[in-house]
Amino acid sequence: MRRAALIAVPYVWLLALFLIPFVIVFKISLSDIALAIPPYTPTMKDGFWTMVQGLDFENFVFLTEDDLYWKAYVSSLQIAFFSTLLTLLVGYPMAYAMARAPEEWRPTLMMLVILPFWTSFLIRVYAWIGILSSEGFLNQFLLWLGLIDSPLTVLNTNTAVYIGIVYTYLPFMILPIYAALDRLDGSLIEAAEDLGCSRLQAFWLVTIPLSKNGIIAGCFLVFIPALGEFVIPSLLGGSGTLMIGKVLFEEFFSNRDWPVASAVAVILLLILIIPIILFQRNEQRNAEAEG
Amino acid sequence: MPETIFAPWDSPEETPLIRFQNVTKRFGDFVAIDDLTLDIFEREFFALLGPSGCGKTTMMRMLAGFEDPTEGTITVAGQDMAQVPANKRAVNMMFQSYALFPHLSVWDNIAFGLRRETKDKAAISARVDEMLRLTRLEKFARRKPHQISGGQRQRVALARSLAKAPKLLLLDEPLGALDKKLRQETQFELMDIQEKTGTTFVIVTHDQEEAMTVASRVAVMDEGRVMQVATPEDIYEAPNSVYVADFIGDVNIISGTAAPDGDSRFAITWAADQPPILAKSDIGFNTGQSCHLAIRPEKVAIHAEQPEGKKNAVRGKVLDIAYLGNLSTYHVELPNGTIIKAQTANTRRIARRDFTWEDEVWLSWTTSAGVLLAQ
Repeated sequence: MRRAALIAVPYVWLLALFLIPFVIVFKISLSDIALAIPPYTPTMKDGFWTMVQGLDFENFVFLTEDDLYWKAYVSSLQIAFFSTLLTLLVGYPMAYAMARAPEEWRPTLMMLVILPFWTSFLIRVYAWIGILSSEGFLNQFLLWLGLIDSPLTVLNTNTAVYIGIVYTYLPFMILPIYAALDRLDGSLIEAAEDLGCSRLQAFWLVTIPLSKNGIIAGCFLVFIPALGEFVIPSLLGGSGTLMIGKVLFEEFFSNRDWPVASAVAVILLLILIIPIILFQRNEQRNAEAEG
Repeated sequence: MPETIFAPWDSPEETPLIRFQNVTKRFGDFVAIDDLTLDIFEREFFALLGPSGCGKTTMMRMLAGFEDPTEGTITVAGQDMAQVPANKRAVNMMFQSYALFPHLSVWDNIAFGLRRETKDKAAISARVDEMLRLTRLEKFARRKPHQISGGQRQRVALARSLAKAPKLLLLDEPLGALDKKLRQETQFELMDIQEKTGTTFVIVTHDQEEAMTVASRVAVMDEGRVMQVATPEDIYEAPNSVYVADFIGDVNIISGTAAPDGDSRFAITWAADQPPILAKSDIGFNTGQSCHLAIRPEKVAIHAEQPEGKKNAVRGKVLDIAYLGNLSTYHVELPNGTIIKAQTANTRRIARRDFTWEDEVWLSWTTSAGVLLAQ
């Protein structure tokens, strides 16, 4: 009885906060736009059966007809993929250095990684506008150094979006990799060298495979939220930056077309489910290997 | 055909495989190895024995190439090792934690070192299979390290370190993680494998029984210095210092002052109310020089009555009996408070034991039973 109650709590939670909202969004995606409050039809006010009969998949069909949508999905996947790769390239050496640092330094280094979370995410992204704009710190610094003659255009390009995503999600990459490297037994590296490996070979043949789980976890933790990212592309990206999160926002609030926006959201969720399942499976396998 | 005894350290024409020459290693202010000179010969099973922190692991790590000596030189087969990195040495190490690669199967673990030096798949495969046979691991080749037992892991670690046929194999507390029974079996296996492969083994251990069992020679270390290097028999029977005598096995140490008493015999005055003890010694002592007599408990006989015609006999009271099954150690307190241990084999069932607590007994030993030490 108590066990059933304990198990029920998270399921009720998921039901109330995930499944029911999803059902509502899915229902809206099957509705038609209307000049009313709420701005779609049919609703429950028309009676349950009339409502069900009024639902159709035309919004999903519409998404396939206008190439804006699939381009936005593909572009989002692309940006999420490359920014994950960049985050890995930046994050791995940092995690490695942290794991190799003297014991007494590690809590401080860990603190430095976590510290940005103490400031609002929105403010931190705004700060990047100040850094990247044509009169911003970066351009002024480069001009002062004499490396460039005229300011670079970084803000409102995809480059700025990449910088923003890498900056924002770096801790999510560093922490799982650090956890994996921290557990790595130093004598394994010595054993590899003893058996004839150079430092680089030992890193490639031992360190990388043994931190693989941390790398996978970090990549998913960056890729999944980056795919649906809205704030960073809308603040740092330009008109040429096509991301599904931005499209979704515009459909909802600029066009007030809730049914199409909901259809976009449902498709986004379906795309996200694949990496989420893969991530869960990886976590489960780790838990089993350790248990 | 006369059997030749393996003792290259006694023949001057043999050149040692490993030479430590005035090697000192410091970590900051801490001196881990203090001006150490030592030769190890080919095909030897050499044990470094000492308490933790005595520098034995540092010596091994210097041989493997993980540490460089602060001063002095280490040569292996005539080559100065100073500029040779760990991955270029014909030396392999078996780690205390085994350091098996958890992401690789037993087979791949053993093949790891071979793959670094050759691309010949058939040769690698043949060598790995040979190692699996040697360590009786054929059945476990496809398993991952976490799927086998501690004893099997130990054998994988041994197979992996032997796979490259090193000139020298280093074993860092190789049996520390095994339980006592398995450890004893494995000691004989190790000796067997060492004989079969003809590799020089250097083993680091704090377990004196292990060192005595497996080694051809034992170096007893303390605080970065080698106290004595000798065969297990000599270490036990002829220790050169109180430290070595005390470190290896159980011993009674009787301190006193020596006085020559005939041909290489000395009378030791050690307590006011006791007669002097007579002991033979090859090293000379001057009259009044302080000395220490080390006698193993099994060389002290215990009697109910005063023994006839014994040179050294003392009277005391049984204070404690340590029953070890096959042996019993009697702690006998003399009138002046000194406790002397005597050990006897329990050849009879325990119900028929001759002595019990508080019994008045006599202890005796011959003049050659103990070793007379200056320090």
